[in-house]
Amino acid sequence: MSFGSLRRTLFGDPLNTLLSLGVLALLAWSLPALLRWAVLEAQFAADVGACEALDHRGACWGVVAEKARFILLGRYPAEQAWCPVLAALLIIGGWLGAASGRLPGAAVASCLLLPPLLAFPLLGGGFAGLETVPTELWGGLPLTLLLTGAGLAGALPLGIAIAYGRRSSLHLLRALLTAGVELARGIPLVAALFMASFLLPLFFPEGGGLDMLWRVLIAIVLFAAAYLSEIVRGGLQAFPAGQRDAAAALGFSPWQTERWIVLPQVLRQVAPSLANSAIALFKDTSLVTVVSLYELTGSLGLALAGDAQWRPFYLEAWLFIAAIYWIGCSLIARLAQLATRGAAPRPQADPPGN
Amino acid sequence: MAGRRRSAWLAQALILAAVLALAALLATTTAGHLQERGIRSGFDFLLEPAGFALGESLLPFEPGDTTLRAFAAGLLNTLRVALPAAALALLIGIAAGFGRLAENPLLRGLAGAFVTGVRNLPLLLHLLAWYFILTDLLPPGDAAFNPLPGVFLSKSGLALPWWGEAGFEIPQPAGFGLEGGANLTPEYLALLVGLSVYSAAYIAETLRGAVLALPPGQRLSALALGMSARQAFLLVLLPQAWRAALPPVTSQILNLLKNASLAVAIGYPDLVSVAGTSLNQTGRAIECLSIVVAVYLALSLFAAAISHRLEARLFREQGE
Repeated sequence: MSFGSLRRTLFGDPLNTLLSLGVLALLAWSLPALLRWAVLEAQFAADVGACEALDHRGACWGVVAEKARFILLGRYPAEQAWCPVLAALLIIGGWLGAASGRLPGAAVASCLLLPPLLAFPLLGGGFAGLETVPTELWGGLPLTLLLTGAGLAGALPLGIAIAYGRRSSLHLLRALLTAGVELARGIPLVAALFMASFLLPLFFPEGGGLDMLWRVLIAIVLFAAAYLSEIVRGGLQAFPAGQRDAAAALGFSPWQTERWIVLPQVLRQVAPSLANSAIALFKDTSLVTVVSLYELTGSLGLALAGDAQWRPFYLEAWLFIAAIYWIGCSLIARLAQLATRGAAPRPQADPPGN
Repeated sequence: MAGRRRSAWLAQALILAAVLALAALLATTTAGHLQERGIRSGFDFLLEPAGFALGESLLPFEPGDTTLRAFAAGLLNTLRVALPAAALALLIGIAAGFGRLAENPLLRGLAGAFVTGVRNLPLLLHLLAWYFILTDLLPPGDAAFNPLPGVFLSKSGLALPWWGEAGFEIPQPAGFGLEGGANLTPEYLALLVGLSVYSAAYIAETLRGAVLALPPGQRLSALALGMSARQAFLLVLLPQAWRAALPPVTSQILNLLKNASLAVAIGYPDLVSVAGTSLNQTGRAIECLSIVVAVYLALSLFAAAISHRLEARLFREQGE
């Protein structure tokens, strides 16, 4: 953009000039203040005295240095901290592998399914000299990733199955699935988590009770599956019928047609919506703190609530985990872009009236 | 064909049998558990005294009032925060959506940063930040900010001129706090601001998507007819985009209503949080949670009906 055209778009007419000046004034007012607070006058050492002396004129990043391990790993025993770190890396690695775009479908599926499955024994311990760690002590970022990863791994196959079930010729099956999906989509996740916490234990015979983490995971999987099934169902509905006929003419069985022709194209087509759901799930895991599981957001509260000395610097610690969520969401969005990079655009008929 | 139809019936019968068996199994297990713990079931508790207080309520509420009244107060509290938040979210969302579509790169950048920044953080994190700012960083009640005459902002909330017992009242400093007018608590304010900002970012994206999805020929034709860029946007693109945006915007508003249940996390007594308290008090998990489910489903249906009528009206107005 040349200087002349830039001047025209910024100051071309009175309204634009006013808007541009407004934005520039806002930046001129906020950026120096922000820089002064976050960097120039900030305290980087974990020194409460120095932080208090600042009196919030500068940020106290020392709170992050002091509390980082607790915020990131929750109450997990320190001597086995490598277990949750490894579990988190496995799950992220699986996502990276799934998004690389170079793997066949089955390998993509195992990249999504296996790491969360491996993470459970890894976090639980009790073998090879590792101490057993009860699920109440799991926490922080690995728990956030585990809930997201295992939630997706459970919800995606279930969602696909529900989407197909709702296209079945069996009226009863269709009606039951429709009712279930609408129910799940109609209630807030907090209510679903309360159900997991208070209702599920009533359903299991004595002794067969699951602990809170598993109950919450069941709720998350069912909840997410309802949303994912709608996305997949939309994709199936938009799928051109001619391809199924063509496959049948080539001698594909109905099962083969879905497995090799329909599903790969539909999943690729709806991948951006699936990624949005994955991001929503990643963010929604923060709600499990209302039923006393301390993932990233919960462990922030846990780290500072009982500490009168560091509690005044909550905002700095908040910014730390906000940055983690921000990176996580951007990463999932970017991975989804990568995963669909090779997708050929579907041929489209000309839109009507154009 | 007859054989196929028979097997379809058989399959449905099997599904029905499996569902009934599962339901029976769950019912007997649940009944057994309830009996063991000595919990009675039924909705009679709704007419008994609640035995807990609510932090705030539009409907006057005392612990001696019935649980039913507590649920009603909770529902009213949900609507009291969700409806103004929806209006604010629409306003901010439309502004940010227009900003993202603006020609002015500075404005576009600012709106883009707002939308991305807000959407990449969980709503709960937004709420916790607002709550911290409102309860920890603001001055105490006796040194409240006084940005406008009669308006006071402090740790104890936002005091506004409002109709009270003695007619229209203006808050006056008294002792350690303020007297007169209306006071909005920090819990309410945090939820109101957090919900509206969060939903606004999604509404902005929906609007932008709806405008960008219009065929490019529309804008070009408008320009060719001699309209300015602004006229083309306001008179040609926007009226069409509204119609496409209405269903997704409705679903954003419904999301906002459901998200109001995050009130639990900052201690605002909404419907879900009242149900939680009552559940802990009485142990009647099934009853309390089924009320929540029923109310939310009813609200969803109601919103869907309104959106339907709006859509029908939009179509009629445009002569289709």
